[in-house]
Amino acid sequence: MENNKKTYTISVYTENNIGLLNRISAIFQRRHINIESLSISVSEIEGVSRFTIVVDITEIQVKKLIGQIDKQVEVIKAYYHTDEETIYQQLCLFKIKSNLLFEERQIQNIIKENNAIIVTVNKDFFVIEKSGRASEVDQLYRELIPFGIMQFVRSGRIAVTKDEMKITQMLAAFNNL
Amino acid sequence: MNTETVKTKQQTTKTTIRISGSEAVVKCLIAEGVDVLYGYPGGAIMPVYDKLYVYQDKIHHVLTRHEQGAVHAAQGYARISGRVGVAMATSGPGATNLITGIADAQIDSTPLVCITGQVASHLLGSDAFQETDIIGISTPVTKWNHQITKASEIPEIMAKAFYIAKSGRPGPVLIDITKDAQFEEFDFQYKKCTGVRSYIPIPKTDGATVVEAAKLINAAKKPMIVWGQGIILSEAEDQLKAVIEKAGIPSTWTILGASAIPTSHPLNMGMVGMHGNYAPNKLTNECDVLIAIGMRFDDRVTGDLNKYAKQAKIIHFEIDPAEIDKNVKTDVAVLGDAKASLTQLLPLLEENSHKEWLQKFKDLYAIEFKKVIENDLYPTKERLTMGEVINEINNQSKGEAAIVSDVGQHQMVACRYAKFNQTKSNITSGGLGTMGFALPAAIGAKMAAPERDVVAIIGDGGYQMNIQELGTIFQTKVPVKIVVLNNEFLGMVRQWQQLFFDKRYASTEMVNPNFVAIAEGYYIEAKRVTKREELSGAIKEMMACKDAYFLEVCVEKEGNVFPMIPSGSSVSDVRLS
Repeated sequence: MENNKKTYTISVYTENNIGLLNRISAIFQRRHINIESLSISVSEIEGVSRFTIVVDITEIQVKKLIGQIDKQVEVIKAYYHTDEETIYQQLCLFKIKSNLLFEERQIQNIIKENNAIIVTVNKDFFVIEKSGRASEVDQLYRELIPFGIMQFVRSGRIAVTKDEMKITQMLAAFNNL
Repeated sequence: MNTETVKTKQQTTKTTIRISGSEAVVKCLIAEGVDVLYGYPGGAIMPVYDKLYVYQDKIHHVLTRHEQGAVHAAQGYARISGRVGVAMATSGPGATNLITGIADAQIDSTPLVCITGQVASHLLGSDAFQETDIIGISTPVTKWNHQITKASEIPEIMAKAFYIAKSGRPGPVLIDITKDAQFEEFDFQYKKCTGVRSYIPIPKTDGATVVEAAKLINAAKKPMIVWGQGIILSEAEDQLKAVIEKAGIPSTWTILGASAIPTSHPLNMGMVGMHGNYAPNKLTNECDVLIAIGMRFDDRVTGDLNKYAKQAKIIHFEIDPAEIDKNVKTDVAVLGDAKASLTQLLPLLEENSHKEWLQKFKDLYAIEFKKVIENDLYPTKERLTMGEVINEINNQSKGEAAIVSDVGQHQMVACRYAKFNQTKSNITSGGLGTMGFALPAAIGAKMAAPERDVVAIIGDGGYQMNIQELGTIFQTKVPVKIVVLNNEFLGMVRQWQQLFFDKRYASTEMVNPNFVAIAEGYYIEAKRVTKREELSGAIKEMMACKDAYFLEVCVEKEGNVFPMIPSGSSVSDVRLS
């Protein structure tokens, strides 16, 4: 097994209960592992939440983490994947002064070239939305920074895996017991 | 109040009764077969205590002198009986005082249900009097926890708590109940929990892995078993014995595995680990197949992992998939419950005796006996040794007593030298190493197994960490035997200071009170022994006493525990002096 650090995306299917985020994040904290990004949402199954956690660690470490996460009572199943095994995106929002949109024509080109969209415009500010890989978001950030960014926010990674995860079958198996 | 209006639900024959949340808690405990619980009342849990008063003929609440005493007593109860121990406390400090015991139960896989009161739900997060985020605090040290804010949740959550605590790899569960939920009335009906969809208590055993394990064992010339508490928790003692005997495998145990197989069994080769026996530690690095069963390769067992059984194929029988390859890389992992897995393994094993290999253990034992054991058990020096005290208890109990030890030198001596004829006889804080564990744990153990002699072996340091529980012993008249091995030092720390810190005895010497007078203050019969010729008679008197008994034995001040694997060294570098 590799001893090199790598980016892993951990996907965790869980019950939707109060305190579970704390329980899962404590597993990382206890091992002094930094979470690069975290996103929690509903999943394809009603009542089941999905955590997407990105870490830069070794495969040995991520395997042990999965074991610890998986054994939590309210965790249905945890998986880890490399970037090649997932399709992943992040979303970011830029809030920029509206006058720049008219005074700095370049901004419109930047938005177009980066496949970003304008979400809203009002007389004070407009908001650009961009989804993509972290590197693409960074690229847009670098291009917009000279013009002045009022606010910038980037979501955690969300990812779907190329392989099936078979959560529905797992839950069905339990119900048939 | 207690209006038992029986209602029949539509389309079902199940009856519900309208009761308060607090009464429901007590009824759930009774439904789960809880006969004793340990706790300490306070504001936020008072409604439940009020109902415990009403139901006192059905369920016995033991008032300890500190919440830590309550949780350790519940642990002692669970460890000797295999049943779920129950502790109860109020919110805030009551709840936080449980934490050490909960952490101890978590690392030692002890089934507990801890119930804490909480401020009323409208006060949550307001920094109310005695409010603390006990769910947040207990999360990393519980198998599961949950906060109840509505009475109607109580039956389902309580049922789930008991199921989760006991099933699979056991552990502590904490249920926090707001005061308004305790007062609230609802239609009560109880159903035991039989499954939780996100939780697989026992992973499926893959038959192929059992076959693979059997192949390795059958081909082995120098196999060695290390069993842990998993044998006791799964009640696989008979299956283990059958496997050991059929395949003729020298077998060793971790501290929590002690007593699963009688000490006198010819294939029982003693304890592994930092203060374990010489042969099993040395031969860990000579065996060709290491069969680990229901143990987790703790660092106190393995020493330096880079020099641990590198020459051996490793087979790991384990219920918790997260333990596989956690510390030691396995060649064959057999997931599942030890009892079931060993039952499958047995018919696949070939009969063997491994005589030469077994002789190696015996030869090394002879060395250990001459260099260490003889001096510990049959000393010629003036001062008493810890070992001879344990030996005398063995002689008089004939190995039938349950030994509850605290943490430190006396613990290692007790686990090394205690003779065990029956399983579930060694109750000690292994993983967390909680000083103060033994006195309250002995209370719980004796209550769960009143027919057994329960002897607490405690150092003078640990004794004073929960000495207040003498009050519980006095009030409940629980006849535990308390032996304090007094060397006027925090002995294990002192030993390390001697060996690794040039004898700079920083804060380890203890000026102790008159322990006999303290025990007598609680009206507990007490005696102090300082001379060898008094020892046997005193232990005889203690064992014969129908009530609780306190015996202080003044032992040599600077005795050391050997063998010893210095921290960070290899198991085969185990020292005899």
